[in-house]
Amino acid sequence: MNSFKAVFKRELKGYFITPVAYVFLVIFLFFAGYLPFRQGFFQYRQADLVLFFRNLPLLFVFMVPCVAMRLWAEERKSGSIELLFSLPVTVPQAVLGKFFAAWVFLLIALALTITMPITVIYLGVPDIGLIITGYLGAALMAGAFLAIGCFFSALTKNQVISFILSVAALAVLVYASMPTTLNYLSGFLPAAMVSAIEPMSLLNHYESIQKGLIRLNDIIFFSLLIIGAGLASVIILDERKAG
Amino acid sequence: MITVKQLRRTFGPIIAVDSISFDAKKGQVLGFLGPNGAGKSTAMRMLACFLRPDSGSASICEHDILKEPVEVRKNIGYLAENAPAYSEMTVGSFLNFICDVRQITGKNRKKALDKIVSTCSIESVYHQSIETLSKGYCRRVGLAQALIHDPPVLILDEPTDGLDPNQKYQVRQLINNMAKDKCIIISTHILEEVEAVCDRAIIISRGQILVDSTPQQLKEQYNCGLDEVFRKITRKKSA
Repeated sequence: MNSFKAVFKRELKGYFITPVAYVFLVIFLFFAGYLPFRQGFFQYRQADLVLFFRNLPLLFVFMVPCVAMRLWAEERKSGSIELLFSLPVTVPQAVLGKFFAAWVFLLIALALTITMPITVIYLGVPDIGLIITGYLGAALMAGAFLAIGCFFSALTKNQVISFILSVAALAVLVYASMPTTLNYLSGFLPAAMVSAIEPMSLLNHYESIQKGLIRLNDIIFFSLLIIGAGLASVIILDERKAG
Repeated sequence: MITVKQLRRTFGPIIAVDSISFDAKKGQVLGFLGPNGAGKSTAMRMLACFLRPDSGSASICEHDILKEPVEVRKNIGYLAENAPAYSEMTVGSFLNFICDVRQITGKNRKKALDKIVSTCSIESVYHQSIETLSKGYCRRVGLAQALIHDPPVLILDEPTDGLDPNQKYQVRQLINNMAKDKCIIISTHILEEVEAVCDRAIIISRGQILVDSTPQQLKEQYNCGLDEVFRKITRKKSA
């Protein structure tokens, strides 16, 4: 447990002693604010954050891999992975420490968007419950994206490759249920397969939480995704930490 | 303290370490010698539980490297080949991280840090980030992290590489001072270092142990300096 805490602390501090955190936060907050405004945040004339939450999956597809890509690829590239795993740290402890540090960092980024709910609360009477479930969904989605990004970072020592693979995998997961994607797939896949792909999409589960519904199957979906990708990272690192 | 039995590791078609066996006791300084690519670093990485062997076993302080890797790592101080560290951290925060992981807390931490910082002569760079340090200082920081918990077993991969002659002398003195109470394995290319600090030398080439003797015996047996002995033994193997 102490090793987990040590890795977690070092990793979280690591974001803030380099410019990574500040560059990330500025870009993320800019787009998190800019996209809903561009789509008519005020013209919409409703006191809710639907437009804000609707844009987050797209933003996360690009921004979360930026946070995740360095987690293991950098350790491999610099050789510090050899130092880490010659200390009394197990692979699961290290994976969890890094994952939670990066997740907390993403939650800090999300927390800094507090100006959006403050704006709608100031201007109208929004449904607070809906805003809270919106943030819960966004936090879960960030965690799931991060776990997948962490897995691709464990696969390679090249951060660019890790980033590209993560973006591609996340884009597939997010957009698998878009009507255009499903229409395209139904052109050559049997109907049963297309209907099997649809519930795999992250967007469906995210949107159901955005409606204020916290369904067990949505929570299980995100949890399984995080646990599965985390376990895959542990296996990969255990097998080829020196590679 | 260290028992190695038939340890073997391959990378694809390359046999890096080919069924090596040896023992080392407390109070011994074992020099691992060999040409580049001989398998020294791979063997050390396996002992430090960073790499898993394909076959064979090893134990350090009665703990098996495969069954109890965390216990093994608690008992060793390991300095890897290029002294890797987290370059964005300052020396102080890096050593504090090592203390966190090794569970050195409170007064013990302060004592350990004070001692190691002066032992490795890194006072002047304590608040500097590691990426700004010279190679010699990086290695000294690496040495500091390996020694901070005063482990009974030390595995040092080329500990004096990149150091200036004064620093080399200091590190050798340090190793000599610690030798009584610890079991130390060092790998090196510098044969004068073997004479200066090691009481036993293992020459390894192409993953196999060719010689396991003392530097003195080797010189007497071949009737020449260690440089010449090293060339004769490793060339014979290459041929």
